[in-house]
Amino acid sequence: MKAPLRIYAILSKEFTQLKRDRMTFGMIVMIPLIQLMLFGYAINTNVRHIPVGVVDQSETALSRVLLQTISATQVIRFTEHYNNVQQAEKAIARAEVRAVLVIPKDVSQRLVRHQTVGLGSPPSSDEETSRPIAQWVVDGSDTMIAAAIKSLRSMPLSELQNRPANRQTPTFEVTLLYNPEQRSAVNIVPGLVAIILTMTMIMFTSAAIVREREQGNLEMLITTPVRSIELMLGKIIPYLFIGALQVTIILGLGNVIFNVPIIGGLWQLIAATLLFIFASLTLGLVISTIATNQLQSMQMTIFVLLPSILLSGFVFPYEGMPEVAQYIAETLPATHFVRLIRGVVLRDVEIIDMTFDVSWLALFTLAGLVIASLRFKKNLD
Amino acid sequence: MSQFVIKASNLNRNFGDLKAIQALDLEVEKGRIYGFLGPNGCGKTTAIRLLTGLLKPSSGEVQVLGFKLPQDAEKLRLHIGYMTQKFSLYDNLTVIENLQFVARIYGLSGRLQRKRIDELLDIYGLGQQKNQMAESMSGGQKQRLALAAATLHKPELLFLDEPTSAVDPENRREFWEQLFDLSDQGTSILVSTHYMDEAERCHKLAILEEGIKRADGSPEELMQQMDAHVVEIASSNLRQLKQELLTLSDVISAAQLGSRLRVLIKKSISDPLAFLSQQRIISSTNHLSQVRPSLEDVFVTCTGESKL
Ligand SMILES: Nc1ncnc2c1ncn2[C@@H]1O[C@H](COP(=O)(O)OP(=O)(O)OP(=O)(O)O)[C@@H](O)[C@H]1O
Ligand SMILES: [Mg+2]
Repeated sequence: MKAPLRIYAILSKEFTQLKRDRMTFGMIVMIPLIQLMLFGYAINTNVRHIPVGVVDQSETALSRVLLQTISATQVIRFTEHYNNVQQAEKAIARAEVRAVLVIPKDVSQRLVRHQTVGLGSPPSSDEETSRPIAQWVVDGSDTMIAAAIKSLRSMPLSELQNRPANRQTPTFEVTLLYNPEQRSAVNIVPGLVAIILTMTMIMFTSAAIVREREQGNLEMLITTPVRSIELMLGKIIPYLFIGALQVTIILGLGNVIFNVPIIGGLWQLIAATLLFIFASLTLGLVISTIATNQLQSMQMTIFVLLPSILLSGFVFPYEGMPEVAQYIAETLPATHFVRLIRGVVLRDVEIIDMTFDVSWLALFTLAGLVIASLRFKKNLD
Repeated sequence: MSQFVIKASNLNRNFGDLKAIQALDLEVEKGRIYGFLGPNGCGKTTAIRLLTGLLKPSSGEVQVLGFKLPQDAEKLRLHIGYMTQKFSLYDNLTVIENLQFVARIYGLSGRLQRKRIDELLDIYGLGQQKNQMAESMSGGQKQRLALAAATLHKPELLFLDEPTSAVDPENRREFWEQLFDLSDQGTSILVSTHYMDEAERCHKLAILEEGIKRADGSPEELMQQMDAHVVEIASSNLRQLKQELLTLSDVISAAQLGSRLRVLIKKSISDPLAFLSQQRIISSTNHLSQVRPSLEDVFVTCTGESKL
């Protein structure tokens, strides 16, 4: 029974080296901490206070009330006045403002006839009466901002005339089961666990074997009786602990600072996370057996990291992606983990019920270990 | 097992078009110190890597300790120790941590491990440095640490690739004392070097050049069987004398040693002193004497490094 001792030899060596590497050790703690702060505060998909301009051609009291009503929605913030539309469009090009509201001269007449004001006149097909009361000119390059302003298209204007709102019965009733206040952080913090683990876990192990090769230790190592699989296991076990530490930091602080609830059971969370850490670590090992220097291993890590960020469902909903992108996403461990951890943390899902994602991560790990062990030849050819 | 720990026949290894090792035949006896002597790039490291199973031969047969390579390389690993040319332990571990690592890899734990490590620290005089980081140690200390690590599991056969390249002559002597101790305890050793004095200490040695074994045998045999006469000339204008002599086809080489010129003359000349005296450039005032060959003479004679 020498195998466990050999694995222990490798892993305790890794721990000692890691302990000496203050910078790396610091980054293990600082990466999740700082990224959590950045993403938690900065990423906000509920767009607010977009700076916009106005071209008021009517200059009436009514137009001023109209502006106040729109400001009150908090979606936009009027920062500039322009004299004409050409000036306004230039300002948009300069990115001084993201949109401009053009209020026509006849705004009062238009408003009176407008149906949202609810004067009781029946909906008209007449060109004259169905005209909108004003026009938004929007910088459409950012779809998120454009969508936010589009949402203003049919805002009720009843207050303008001090009349009670002409309440319409919605076609559908929507009940938000989770995250009822629709806070971005609730969705982002668990996803962030996936991204940070992808980054650190793959990065650490992708350098693991390449570094030994670069520093000449490999020649000594492969003349010893240590087996490939023992070397691989010894290399990944220390990082399990580091991954666990990072998850604790992100979810713990996410809970304290951003009030992200942790609804699911702790064991579920641990199991899901371990599965994903294993998958990422073995992916790193495979990279490490392919790369011939640390720069290459870094580049390959980024090659995996970018799609993991963009396609895993962390940034864009999986369902909205084209089919090809969905297939690519399915191959990435991060995609499966984003589903699992959002399920466990936000919706109290038992991971057993997410068989597909669980078995996919398990198989990925197994395949990774086998491939890495097979690829790692104990010779210098 | 036979009396040979290493048997190789017609061993070849190419790197692309480069023939790093060509038709190498090798027999290393048990319990002996066998040397590879040769200049940079002659294939010493490649030969050792072939014999340790780190590289696969392009063709040829190798048996080490009765194991056929490359098939049985994994089984061989428990029985050999290998000290690489470049320090290959961990720079950012201490002496003791490095030794502990190696001990665990070879399955040594607990009390046995501590005992063996203490023993090694004592043998190789590393007790003082035991908590020092490997990277901060001197060349000689590093090399002693590497030897300690390579011998930790008491291998039957030890490969040392230029073990003393970073070591001063005094430490080199001490290092060789330790090799003889190991040899005395029954360890067979294969060591590569480009130092003549070191090669002379080996029981047997092979002279390598451009991947080809030019000669082998014990240092004494090699010197006796050398294919040249050695004549030393004492003179005042040695530089000019050397240039003149090198133009003669029967002169293999001429090298200045202080105020003397050491001249190697082909064995086909039966009386080298008479041969030299006949030369126009040699005056009667020059003092000529035939001397015993050294290993360096052997090296120069059998490698292409003549006419220097
Ligand atoms: N991996 C390799 N790929 C290509 N060529 C190689 C490789 N390893 C060695 N060589 C070549 O094989 C030849 C022998 O190299 P080797 O390292 O065995 O020499 P050496 O005798 O150990 O030299 P030194 O005294 O400098 O250590 C050299 O010409 C070298 O360039
Ligand atoms: Mg070498």
